[in-house]
Amino acid sequence: MEKVQEKKQKEVKETTEKKSVLLQGNQAIALGALAAGVNFFGGYPITPSTEIAEILSEELPKRGGKFIQMEDEIASICSVIGASLAGAKAMTATSGPGFSLMQEAIGYAKIAETPCVVVDVQRGGPSTGLPTKPSQGDIQQSRWGSHGDAPAIVLYPHTVKEAYELTIRAFNLSEKYRTCVTLLLDEVLGHMREAVVLPDPSTLRIIHRLKPTVPPEWYKHYDENQKYPSPLASYGEGYRFHVTGLAHDSLGFPTNKSSEVATMMARLKKKIVHNIRDLVQIESYKMENTKIAVFAAGICARSAKAAVNMARAEGIEVGLLRPLTIWPFPDDAVKKVLRDVEAVIVPELNEGQLYREIERLTRTKTDSSLVPVQRVDGEIITPADILRAIKEAN
Amino acid sequence: MANIPQKIIHQHLRYNKKFPHVWCAGCSHGIVLGSTIRAVAELNLAKDDVTMISGIGCSSRMPVYADFNTCHSIHGRAIAFATGVKLFKPEQNVLVVTGDGDATAIGGNHFIHACRRNINLTILILNNNIYGMTGGQYSPTTPTGAKATTTPYGNIDPVFDICNLALGAGATFVARTTAFHTMETQKVIKQGIEHKGISVIEIVSSCPVIYGKLNKKGTPADMLRWMKDNTITIAESQKLPPEKLDGKLIRGIFKQEIRPEYTDSYQKLIESTQVTKEAKK
Repeated sequence: MEKVQEKKQKEVKETTEKKSVLLQGNQAIALGALAAGVNFFGGYPITPSTEIAEILSEELPKRGGKFIQMEDEIASICSVIGASLAGAKAMTATSGPGFSLMQEAIGYAKIAETPCVVVDVQRGGPSTGLPTKPSQGDIQQSRWGSHGDAPAIVLYPHTVKEAYELTIRAFNLSEKYRTCVTLLLDEVLGHMREAVVLPDPSTLRIIHRLKPTVPPEWYKHYDENQKYPSPLASYGEGYRFHVTGLAHDSLGFPTNKSSEVATMMARLKKKIVHNIRDLVQIESYKMENTKIAVFAAGICARSAKAAVNMARAEGIEVGLLRPLTIWPFPDDAVKKVLRDVEAVIVPELNEGQLYREIERLTRTKTDSSLVPVQRVDGEIITPADILRAIKEAN
Repeated sequence: MANIPQKIIHQHLRYNKKFPHVWCAGCSHGIVLGSTIRAVAELNLAKDDVTMISGIGCSSRMPVYADFNTCHSIHGRAIAFATGVKLFKPEQNVLVVTGDGDATAIGGNHFIHACRRNINLTILILNNNIYGMTGGQYSPTTPTGAKATTTPYGNIDPVFDICNLALGAGATFVARTTAFHTMETQKVIKQGIEHKGISVIEIVSSCPVIYGKLNKKGTPADMLRWMKDNTITIAESQKLPPEKLDGKLIRGIFKQEIRPEYTDSYQKLIESTQVTKEAKK
């Protein structure tokens, strides 16, 4: 046990030095969260995300932060929202079954506009499913899991280094847009080890919520003219605001008045759709002069990248489009590709959760044909699988 | 100088929150809000240092009226929200306002675990024996045999004794009082806030509009009178023979003990990691 602890500590120490370190995806998330300034973690054990909790239980108290293992996932996310109301940079980490339990509270964080970060290291489902096998089955859940209409910000890394970077970005976006941001990870990436050179902490851009500068009686927790980032008070700082999951007015008080409800709903929507350029990140890989595009995220994008290289070596014109932000969906980038190429191949570890989004964007007959490559048996899609689809489409 | 009135309610209720409140005429939840506010005022706590968190239900509508840091959370989860606030900012005095259904049915898990942790929250459970907000369905404290809209033939469920539940789960301050005994409620809430550790205070409240009507309990005043006539203090109960205790509800502080408090223990844990860090240098 002690040896394991020592080893863990050594790994954490090494990463502060400027050299390549061997890191697991889950470790990278914990380190990214620490770099972003996390100071509260509430969680519940679940495979394959548990390492994130284990590392933070050790690292947070050293930095004066707080770690608590709650009685279930619902309690975890609720403690995270509570801590955030009190001013914390707060997060939790879970997997599919826990993510399902958290959905009501995630909706609360969105309507109450309370920043927090939820990491979902996806595993096979439905239900208990395949705890130690990869799946991309939570893509639609991360968008529509909570009842009601509340747009989502969901990030999706494909390497260990990117897991570190996007964790920081998840905190930044949650603080800036005052909402719950989800980081989706594939089980294999959570447990895979890669050599990573972490950036110098002083070069990182970290966003903290702005403190209000007006007197308390002027402060509106939900200002009609909210800009991002906008001032956000915390409990105990002289601004005695109210938050509720009910539809509310600009002061946070419950309302049934349709004009006030409409204002609130519009603000929740606008902060996402008016900031698409800031939110959406997408990588185009060898997409110049392509006839065929592969659209893939996370672990499938790694296989896709290899397949694209193999196909290019054989002279097939194919490229990869890889979203780092999966929600809001990169509609514009996909629409453009649909116009430009003859076929889009969509490999994913589910039964078409990304495919249906691309299908939604297929408007005319001249748009490219769509080719699904799907697996839900706990195994990953290999480069050979994708190469086969590329050749068939060629 | 003009003589502008500044009563406790003017200092502690929100001037910008539109009244009247949501509670039905005759509901006793408002009386408990009064007792709560007077307890906080008596302790001279700065309003900025008080956080009030509730779940969902009639009693959970209380925080919006109080001029504290307030959160109306989701059904059953007030204690989990409060745990996050308290652990992150231990200097806050955190009050949880919840009901019988909110705390012991949907929120039962969080309730017992908060008791076990002994985290310094003051939990006020306003027990009106019914789900009022949804129109009168039976709760874990609806008496066996009683009528509710989902027990048209009478309730066959046995009931939870909230105080025994808290005692069993390891709470360090457990008390019961009623809305009728407002001064006593005020005093117990004050003691609960002062207690270093979790305090669970069951406050027997009344729902004349639904529970009272369905079970022929009379007027709102009759229901308050019932609290007066059918409850006795712990001291009184000890003087009576057991057969005379039948049907009486006992009021008072059942337990008050000092055990390590959760946020204190966490602070010590933080300090211990700093020591090892320094020792290594």
